[in-house]
Amino acid sequence: MAHGPATLADGWGKYISRWVFTTNHKDIGTLYLWFSFAMFIMGGAFAMIIRAELFQPGMQLIKPEFFNQMTTMHGLVMVFGAIMPAFVGLANWLIPMMIGAPDMALPRMNNLSFWILPFAFAILTSTLFMEGGGPNFGWTFYAPLSTTYAPDTVNYFIFGVHIMGASSIMGSINIIATVMNMRAPGMTYMKMPLFVWTWVITAFLLVAVMPVLAGAVTMMLMDINFGTSFFDAAGGGDPVLFQHIFWFFGHPEVYIIILPAFGVVSQIIPTFSRKPLFGYSSMVYATAAIAFLSFVVWAHHMFTVGMPIAGELYFMYATMLIAVPTGVKVFNWITTMYRGSLTFETPMLFSIAFVILFTFGGFTGMMLSIAAADMQYHDTYFVVAHFHYVMVAGAVFSGTAAVYYWLPKWCGRMYDETMGKVQFWIAFIGFNITFMPQHFLGLAGMPRRYADYGLQFADWNMVSSIGAFMYGGAQILFLFNVIRTIGWGKPTDDPQVWEGAEGLEWTVPTPAPYHTFATPPKVK
Amino acid sequence: MSTEGTYYVPDQSKLPIFAATGMGVMAYGAASWVLEGGTATIFLFGSLIMAAVLYKWWSIVIDENMRGLASPQLKQSYVLGMLWFIFSEVMFFACFFGALFYVRVLVNSWIGGEAAVGWFDDTPTDAAAANAEHLWPGYEATWPPMITPDQAVNGDAAQFKGPDQAMNNPGIMGWVSWLPFWNTVVLLTSSFTVHVAHVALKDGNRKKFNTWLGITVLLGFIFLVLQVEEYIHAYQELGLTLESGIYGTTFFMLTGFHGMHVTLGTVMLLIQWLRGLKGHFSQDDQFGFEAASWYWHFVDVVWVGLFIFVYILT
Repeated sequence: MAHGPATLADGWGKYISRWVFTTNHKDIGTLYLWFSFAMFIMGGAFAMIIRAELFQPGMQLIKPEFFNQMTTMHGLVMVFGAIMPAFVGLANWLIPMMIGAPDMALPRMNNLSFWILPFAFAILTSTLFMEGGGPNFGWTFYAPLSTTYAPDTVNYFIFGVHIMGASSIMGSINIIATVMNMRAPGMTYMKMPLFVWTWVITAFLLVAVMPVLAGAVTMMLMDINFGTSFFDAAGGGDPVLFQHIFWFFGHPEVYIIILPAFGVVSQIIPTFSRKPLFGYSSMVYATAAIAFLSFVVWAHHMFTVGMPIAGELYFMYATMLIAVPTGVKVFNWITTMYRGSLTFETPMLFSIAFVILFTFGGFTGMMLSIAAADMQYHDTYFVVAHFHYVMVAGAVFSGTAAVYYWLPKWCGRMYDETMGKVQFWIAFIGFNITFMPQHFLGLAGMPRRYADYGLQFADWNMVSSIGAFMYGGAQILFLFNVIRTIGWGKPTDDPQVWEGAEGLEWTVPTPAPYHTFATPPKVK
Repeated sequence: MSTEGTYYVPDQSKLPIFAATGMGVMAYGAASWVLEGGTATIFLFGSLIMAAVLYKWWSIVIDENMRGLASPQLKQSYVLGMLWFIFSEVMFFACFFGALFYVRVLVNSWIGGEAAVGWFDDTPTDAAAANAEHLWPGYEATWPPMITPDQAVNGDAAQFKGPDQAMNNPGIMGWVSWLPFWNTVVLLTSSFTVHVAHVALKDGNRKKFNTWLGITVLLGFIFLVLQVEEYIHAYQELGLTLESGIYGTTFFMLTGFHGMHVTLGTVMLLIQWLRGLKGHFSQDDQFGFEAASWYWHFVDVVWVGLFIFVYILT
């Protein structure tokens, strides 16, 4: 580990083998981040196709069969290909630096976790070009749509999910082992930065539920190819069983996506408020409480499926409980900003937007948690709007904020603040133009996942599509800004980078050397 | 928490990319294999890559340990890695047990038009009543279901047919001639013998270690042979197959996945036994063996769950 990383000056061969054979947490973090951005662009392109088709009523551009594949692939690629790897990338870059560790606990397995992903997504997207087309049953792949009525290519989807799950499990085990075993002397659990806390809890969720997802797709595989009857009532099984298993995975999964986002925002807001995070320990406990609750609320995704009334009531009240720890977090962020010396650099703008829009998405979540009301909202655009407020304005905004916040530390160059702010406002406005009208569409009764709609929905759909293209454009600007920063940004060697930033990652030189904390620092 | 000054961070490694390639080829191969007219060629090719990588990977790790590169802190990382891996396996089995409980306790009653949770409210829900009246008239909720809902409605034309006989618990007096009971005995004994081997190794008694670990591997092998015997019995004499409705489904999937894990555990222990013969391990450094033995205890516990919920409580 003595020599530095190969650069392009060493020739292409060495440069490529550096990335392919690397065991360095920073290299692997970079790989994850670029991969996730590539997937984000691909998933975004699918979304653009969807919004283009929905620009006007009637079928203009694509066939309904292809529309179904687009909605399915958009969801799968964004959740598993873009958002999750983005946060794993951040974890790789930051956790060792934040806890004063020389690297991740298991560096070779770390590299394996990453390199599985390109294979998994190559398998998944290759189905789009196969006979029968790609998965067309929605990202939730409910049986029997995904079993009895699925195209043959579903088997590629199943095994793709399998190895992707293996990647997630290995990545999470690595993070847990790193946090439990690699902290610098004096870095007690309750001194860890909140990003580390949220990630270790996320990793626990992943290790707990990815095997359940593996079980679900295994049952599908058996039902489709080997005559079992897990999801077929004719043999004594039940399609609803699929939904229970899927959402037992799926609800923790949405917190897997949002908890690291909480962590990012909890790092950024104190910096630009120039105040320590308000209520640190309550933040930790709230995160743990949310993680615990995520295991016992899954059937609120299934209120209309025909559960006994006792089940509806239980899942309704349990779901509402989540608002308590989440409220703790939101109030802590606000209180951190209260009377702080606020400045509004791009990461801070994205973080404040996160707090506002995520809270908005949380409130629509409360509306959806009311079982009786959900009978109306279920499977409408109201749900689509709700989860895009937490997924996009939540996870993606915080991921963008994280890149702007730590990019100077990573590459030793400052991004263009004006361009960052322009991107923020285009993204913020574009996002709201896209998804705010979808609430109205949903409440008016427009069902999700349809390629066409009634004339009464035409106006808001057109508005939504315009917003979507605007939001998509903002991502091109983001890509441009990042590339510009890495190549031609204004050099900086200030270890602190941000005036108010605290934490071990700001004590190492800028740009962060290839190996940091080869000997652990002492934490007081 | 870190106490040592240095932690061994391996240099660049070719292992991960080959492992990822192997997994990718296996996944693609498996998907094309299950398609109609598919062959196993690609899958087997992927498996070969994977087997070679794993062999190489573990050889390197063992070698690093013998060269003294593995600090106590690094070893702790391996310990954590193994324990959390086992936890993920626990959740995998929890998924299948959960499916079994859900079907047995709720779905089966609902299809039969009954209220599922009798002590709470014994009036069938509207949906359950509609099941009995319209969808699956004539289906009676029993466990194990010998006649599937499909058969109750369609008779011999049914796609899903129940088994001729179930794996019935013969009652405690009949256990002596009941194979699952002997499987339980074999597996529980093996958990004990692997523990004896562990204690022997810690005492520095290598001969005793080799003997008892050898016995454990043998018991694992015997379990697998008995399990195959039981499957043959089920398929040929009981008419109980993977396709015998939800009972066959849950029975074979749960015991099948357990059997696969026993196979894996046996191979793991066998390799540790061979390593023991080669003189690997010392009184205070035996992680490879310990990891395999934890795994072994885990598959043992899963079996106890299976024995209770799949075999005894029928």
